[in-house]
Amino acid sequence: MAEFKNFEAFELDVLKEVGNIGAGNAATALSKLLNKPVDMAVPKVSLLPFEEIAELVGGAEQVVLGVFLRVEGEAPGNMFFLIEENSAERMLNQLLSLRHDEGDKGYSEMELSALCEIGNILAGSYLSSLADFTQLPMMPSVPAIAHDMAGAILSYGLMQYGEMGDSALLIETTFLEDHQSLEGHFFLIPDPGSFGKIFRSLGVGRE
Amino acid sequence: MTGQTLVKVGMADLNVVDGGALLKTTGLGSCVGVTLYDSKSGIAGMAHVMLPSSDIAREAQINLAKYADTAIPELLNRMTVLGANMNRVQAKMAGGAQMFAFAGQSDTLRIGPRNVESCMSMLNRLRIPIVSHDTGGNYGRTIEFDSGSGILMIRSVQFGIKEI
Repeated sequence: MAEFKNFEAFELDVLKEVGNIGAGNAATALSKLLNKPVDMAVPKVSLLPFEEIAELVGGAEQVVLGVFLRVEGEAPGNMFFLIEENSAERMLNQLLSLRHDEGDKGYSEMELSALCEIGNILAGSYLSSLADFTQLPMMPSVPAIAHDMAGAILSYGLMQYGEMGDSALLIETTFLEDHQSLEGHFFLIPDPGSFGKIFRSLGVGRE
Repeated sequence: MTGQTLVKVGMADLNVVDGGALLKTTGLGSCVGVTLYDSKSGIAGMAHVMLPSSDIAREAQINLAKYADTAIPELLNRMTVLGANMNRVQAKMAGGAQMFAFAGQSDTLRIGPRNVESCMSMLNRLRIPIVSHDTGGNYGRTIEFDSGSGILMIRSVQFGIKEI
């Protein structure tokens, strides 16, 4: 874990830029899908204790829809696209005129599959821009979706960090459309060994 | 129910209580929540186990609560210090889900079932009977243990509240 604590401010800035480029392209893709302007917040790059990670989306028990993809290639990692239930419903409505029954807590297979595909498209554009920028090949795995507690979903992406300590470094970007009427969160959690490669590919490696 | 003290157990964390206090841990996915209980003394402990074995640990200072093979003995230890009788301790557990299913699973992705297996074998080795458990599946759980009644309450998004 020591190596993470040593990250310099400029290295964190580099990672922020990584988030900016990736999420910027994903936001453009989402905006095209919805045919509406989509804003995004400045990416947050932080080394967070496990316990606090789910707080970024409203706590471990916050029920969300989460699309998970494993990033394969030169700089492997885990990627999550989390959307709150209200936003997911709005997205389904706007995009596919799939109506979600009010009060019905479950999602049909069709609805989950549509959300999973949205996550897949966004993650794909995030990763391909990142791969262009770093010149490192990165491929998303087949996506999977879960409708569950944020803590349960996100903890899945933290196992590689569990072996090394009690915190993980992640790049988080929030999407907003119409000031919060539609909110989504992107999490890129590179494997611990991927940071060196990302830095070197961008010419800021130390080794 | 009101007036009961609630003690939170974080991720890769453990805690012990007595005197009817509640132990709670939220958002268990592939992690396993293990509770140990000595009903006579009312001493209870809960651990939020994240990984099956400390053999893979690469951290300088091991967090005992994180691994199945270290968390359970540590929990038992802390309980006996408080006055629990080892021979009376019984276990309940929940969690160990496989949140996402993929074809051609690697071992890292099967972490939930491996956590469960590892907790069970550790409990067997310490001769602690497992009175009930609610493990596996593909959904997250929040659990709350009542050290007054010995009931473990399990909440999930799809199945609501369940008591074991």
